[in-house]
Amino acid sequence: MAAGAQSASLEDIATRPGRDTLRSSVVRWTFITVSLLFLAALLLAPLATVFVTALEKGWRAYIQSFADPDTAAAIRLTLITALVVVPLNTVFGLAASWSMAKFEFRGKSFLITLVDLPLAISPVISGMIYVLLFGLHGWFGVWLQEHDISIIFALPGIILATMFVTFPYVARELIPLMQQLGNDEEEAAITLGAGGWITFFRVTLPKVRWGLVYGVILCNARAMGEFGAVSVVSGHIRGLTNTMPLHIEILYNEYNFVGAFAVASLLTLLAVVTLVVKTLVERTGYRRR
Amino acid sequence: MAIKQPSVLPGFGLTFGFTTFFLSAIVLLPLAALVLMTASMHWSDFVRVVLSPRALGSYRLSFGASFLAATINLVFGFIIAWTLVRYEFPGRKLIDALIDMPFALPTAVSGIALTTVFAENGWIGAYLHPLGIKVAYTWIGVTVALTLIGLPFAVRSVQPALLEVQRDLEDAAETLGAGRVYVFRRIILPTVLPALLTGFTLAFARAVGEYGSVIFIAGNLPMKTEITPLLIVIRLEEFDYQGAAALGFVMLVISFVVLLTINLLQTWGRRRLVVGGR
Repeated sequence: MAAGAQSASLEDIATRPGRDTLRSSVVRWTFITVSLLFLAALLLAPLATVFVTALEKGWRAYIQSFADPDTAAAIRLTLITALVVVPLNTVFGLAASWSMAKFEFRGKSFLITLVDLPLAISPVISGMIYVLLFGLHGWFGVWLQEHDISIIFALPGIILATMFVTFPYVARELIPLMQQLGNDEEEAAITLGAGGWITFFRVTLPKVRWGLVYGVILCNARAMGEFGAVSVVSGHIRGLTNTMPLHIEILYNEYNFVGAFAVASLLTLLAVVTLVVKTLVERTGYRRR
Repeated sequence: MAIKQPSVLPGFGLTFGFTTFFLSAIVLLPLAALVLMTASMHWSDFVRVVLSPRALGSYRLSFGASFLAATINLVFGFIIAWTLVRYEFPGRKLIDALIDMPFALPTAVSGIALTTVFAENGWIGAYLHPLGIKVAYTWIGVTVALTLIGLPFAVRSVQPALLEVQRDLEDAAETLGAGRVYVFRRIILPTVLPALLTGFTLAFARAVGEYGSVIFIAGNLPMKTEITPLLIVIRLEEFDYQGAAALGFVMLVISFVVLLTINLLQTWGRRRLVVGGR
């Protein structure tokens, strides 16, 4: 909240002379100290641990842990999953926000609630519903087995579960943003003879670009880091169906702490990059609602 | 019967059709499978599964620890939000950005990292252990993990509400001789109360379903340190789909109740703001 007359005046009030009595400065420093201690214990210590443990045995051991073929396979699988899921959910988010923000129709708010539904559901349940459908004893289990199609304990199941978990991220950024920005420019473009796609690419997309970036990076972070839902459908087959978070679990349970935290350090860096991009987007003036 | 109001913009049919198709295929049909699987159970089987001692033990831990974690977040979320909104100090912006870390950090990472920090020989655990406090592999560890997961919800709910508090009212009250506690109780608390409760509910809802960060730090002993989502996973691994579905159904119903509560709280908060700003 750097610029803007409003925040400047707020800071004026906060630092007005005469207000800072001994008591109020004691209160101030108590609040700041308590906040920082709490965050240091809960947030900073675990973050630092990731890198300290990963580098415990030096850089060579750290680099070496990525030479393990199973680790490389896990990284590849995570990238493939994100490469499929993020574009699909982005297209969905754009379609959903166009239909729900540009038009008035019955049952709209109900539909928006349904889009948000996956956020309220435990990751374990998100994975389980696909096992109930496609697992060996699930609704379509026998049929799938007869036709030699594997979804559960294979890539399609991992993709489906990840898609479910990250389903709302792009849509829920774009719907309120498009509603707030209104339809005037789009209506003008259409009235002046532009086609629907031209209007979308030349008018709407530039208007909502920061919201889109925001939604996509959050979607990507969650897609690469999802553990619970993927854990249920993956079957934990080393080198085949282990994503990075699942591989972390296996390495950790084998007491291979350097290996586990080396993989974890990559995901932590991803989270840091996500937060940096998010902060940069917010600096353009884009605010979450 | 006009379902949609007329508009000059094209593409409603395409985007609406795609949205509802995708939503049904990915979200609604699979969820329906869960409900159908539960419905196909005999009533007595359902009750036996859902009220088995092991299930009851897992509810007690899941809901108890989530409630405790959300309460901790209610208090510290307020303190942190207050610090970030009211005070200027070096590194404030960095801390503000860091609050979202639990959102962005994969749960497996926070799970192994918290366990390492709070284990007997960990950075913090080493100081707590001589005091007789065991965090890792106990219900305390579960609570710590759930607190971390819920923290951003609490802080981000309260922050905008704190910005709304009218500072001139506080000053006026103080000028008229009101003490700090009185100002807090009569001016600040009423303004931020709906936001505090929303943050509490969001943190609670997220904590109840959490899996990844908890299973590492919990001992995962049945009846003692086994959360409900883990019990569901165990049932699935035993190919007891109906048992897993029944437990999932119970959690789903509770999530809906929580979601409804959030909506009611937000409506209440908006109404209060409208009345207050008259």
